[in-house]
Amino acid sequence: MGRASSKEDAGALFHSLRSAYAATPLNLKIIDLYVGFSIFTALIQVVYMAIVGSFPFNSFLSGVLSCVGTAVLAVCLRIQVNKENKEFKDLPPERAFADFVLCNLVLHLVIMNFLG
Amino acid sequence: MAAVANMPVSDLLKSFKLKTKQQELLIRVSILCLVYILAFITRLFSVLRYESMIHEFDPYFNYRTTLYLTQNGFYDFWNWFDYESWYPLGRIVGGTLYPGLMVTAALIYRILHFLRFAVHIREVCVLTAPFFASNTTLVAYFFGKEIWDTGAGLVAAILIAVCPGYISRSVAGSYDNEGVAIFALLFTFYLFVKAINTGSLAWSLASAFGYFYMVSAWGGYVFIINLIPLYVLVLLITGRYSMRLYVAYNCMYVLGMLLAMQIRFVGFQHVQSGEHMAAMGVFFLMQVFYFLDWVKHMLSDTKLFQAFLRITVTCAVAVGSIALGLGMLSGYISPWTGRFYSLLDPTYAKDHIPIIASVSEHQPTAWSSFMFDFHILLFLFPAGLYFCFKRLSDATIFIVMYGLTSMYFAGVMVRLILVATPAVCLISAIAVSATVKNLTVLLRSKNKGVQTGSTKGSSSSKASSKALLDQSQPFQKNGAIALLFGAFYLLSKYATHCTWVTSEAYSSPSIVLAARGAHGSRVIFDDYREAYFWLRQNTPPDAKVMSWWDYGYQITAMGNRTVIVDNNTWNNTHIATVGRAMSSYEDEAIEIMRSLDVDYVLVVFGGVTGYSSDDINKFLWMVRIGGGVFPVIKEPDYLVNGEYRVDKGAAPKMLNCLMYKLCYYRFGEMLTEYGKPPGYDRARGVEIGNKDIKLEHLEEAFTTSNWIVRIYKVKPPNNRW
Repeated sequence: MGRASSKEDAGALFHSLRSAYAATPLNLKIIDLYVGFSIFTALIQVVYMAIVGSFPFNSFLSGVLSCVGTAVLAVCLRIQVNKENKEFKDLPPERAFADFVLCNLVLHLVIMNFLG
Repeated sequence: MAAVANMPVSDLLKSFKLKTKQQELLIRVSILCLVYILAFITRLFSVLRYESMIHEFDPYFNYRTTLYLTQNGFYDFWNWFDYESWYPLGRIVGGTLYPGLMVTAALIYRILHFLRFAVHIREVCVLTAPFFASNTTLVAYFFGKEIWDTGAGLVAAILIAVCPGYISRSVAGSYDNEGVAIFALLFTFYLFVKAINTGSLAWSLASAFGYFYMVSAWGGYVFIINLIPLYVLVLLITGRYSMRLYVAYNCMYVLGMLLAMQIRFVGFQHVQSGEHMAAMGVFFLMQVFYFLDWVKHMLSDTKLFQAFLRITVTCAVAVGSIALGLGMLSGYISPWTGRFYSLLDPTYAKDHIPIIASVSEHQPTAWSSFMFDFHILLFLFPAGLYFCFKRLSDATIFIVMYGLTSMYFAGVMVRLILVATPAVCLISAIAVSATVKNLTVLLRSKNKGVQTGSTKGSSSSKASSKALLDQSQPFQKNGAIALLFGAFYLLSKYATHCTWVTSEAYSSPSIVLAARGAHGSRVIFDDYREAYFWLRQNTPPDAKVMSWWDYGYQITAMGNRTVIVDNNTWNNTHIATVGRAMSSYEDEAIEIMRSLDVDYVLVVFGGVTGYSSDDINKFLWMVRIGGGVFPVIKEPDYLVNGEYRVDKGAAPKMLNCLMYKLCYYRFGEMLTEYGKPPGYDRARGVEIGNKDIKLEHLEEAFTTSNWIVRIYKVKPPNNRW
């Protein structure tokens, strides 16, 4: 396992991941983009907190947790909508989306209360 | 079955004849209704024997806060600063209580008033716990149905309706957090198991709300937030994970954590306290785990995946351990607090935190307590575990884990038998239901075999197998009938035992004492309330009362006077100051009392009635707690050869300390029992040592009719000339 081979491995890994991902349907890719955006927003907030300090801690927590929360809920939606998951084949995607909207509603109401 | 008659009566009867499914539904609904009513009425013994009043100590604080809530509204309640307790410090009530119970009772009160039932809030408070116990039986039915089948659900409902472990803290009048919290606990667990079984976001959201209700109701929510991650970990390790688990746990964790942080008493503990870190750790672990699973699913080549796996796992473990280490070392993540740490290390509290060790409910459980509170469930529990292991599914794994962990904790602390009760009832219900089902199948199958044998013609092989069956049938059928009778006998004995235990042991309002008189008649000692109402009516409104912390809540609720320390025990130094005052000589004690602005001192004395939970028996704890903060108080000073005595041979410091003087003032002239000298202490069984007590700075203000509560007034300093 020389250095060159591990580099090759990394390259091959990257390529095969990319090609496998390109095959996923468009709606799932949109959800993935949303998840990535939420995580990115959470990271920005953490960096800001590291610079400025965490004084109104409840505000910081509510901001970060709202990003993490929507990311997690979007991942749950993706799982439920994905046609490859055998466990959820009886679940109509409208119902999954309605659950997603309801949970997000509750999440954001609580965040608004917690924001301070 | 064909109707031949054309008479209208038989046609009418036929229209009432229900199909089997409807008959079954009718039976089930009627059983549940009866169980609901039974759970309520079995908790009403003390209301019928005494009156509708609040028991014990802690419920009086809950009652007072509920009263405040109904009178002043939620905003004032949430921001309430109570200056009438912990003088001169005061107490931020809004931020140091669990509001679930009070809000629930206030809500029921508002609903009843809206329906024009003009009840007093006290009646609502007294009957809240039995009402929620009935609701718990319904939840137990649905939970049993989810884990096993409807039969197990029905048996679980019946068992938990009368189980003494639960009745002990949910009897009418016991207006304490546990009455509502056990309902919330079981409800949260049921919703979570339902979420795992269906994988639906809606059920996970419901379980998050259930968790929120539990957090608002009781500090024992820490059990939920540690059991569920442990369960998820077990599922991940045993390879039973699925997409439904991801959806259920993540939605519940994130939403539940956010909702829980709305309760000010809990605050930021979900991200800062060591007790909650397991849940967060499992949350991150799940993200990594499922991410790896997704990548594995996408990659076709396993070798590449192994490399990727290696990199990711090492990175994740490194980051996680660095974060955890930094957090714990820098003190940002606080370690486990004393209350919960003493569950893992039972000897911790005795050495380090005497206040926790002194509460009788926190002692380790004896076997007799288990037998007393569980009866036959104690041996049905392992049987149920066996059945659960035979048919493993996500739900049965959960109930097995809940049962085992809660039984461990119930063994460490008596109070936690309450938390184990739903698990034990559910698992035992599985055992009972499965056994009864097997036995009745045996009974029924024999009849069917005989019928088919007689009506149909059979081939030779069938005849031979049936012959074998017929051979063992007679013994099987008799055995099955005998076993069924045995099972019903055991269950009826259980019901009898539970009712007897409820009537004898758990229905006493500690504030009113009863005893048998000389001729068997019942004698009631209502001294506590007599003393508190005397305080309410005969002292100035701004008087401050010093007593041991046990009675603080009752004094503020019924006497309506300011107290120095009460049952919240949030400030150990303040309690130690009171303990020091009680254990010092009168001259030192008066200095402390003057510095605290004390006007009245209240002590509880059981020497005349033989009441054994009085202050003299609690005195050593006062010494220990006081000595823990002020080294001038040394416990050996009060003991003689390590023995605690109050008679002539007692230590001189004991005979002259303030508590002794206040309890035994004028007791030396009192004749308590026929044939014994005056000054005979019936609770300790000895004649007291110091009969000639003179008080210099205090004077006796009131002693109740049975000498149980004694109140002394602090005299103002002498005039200077």
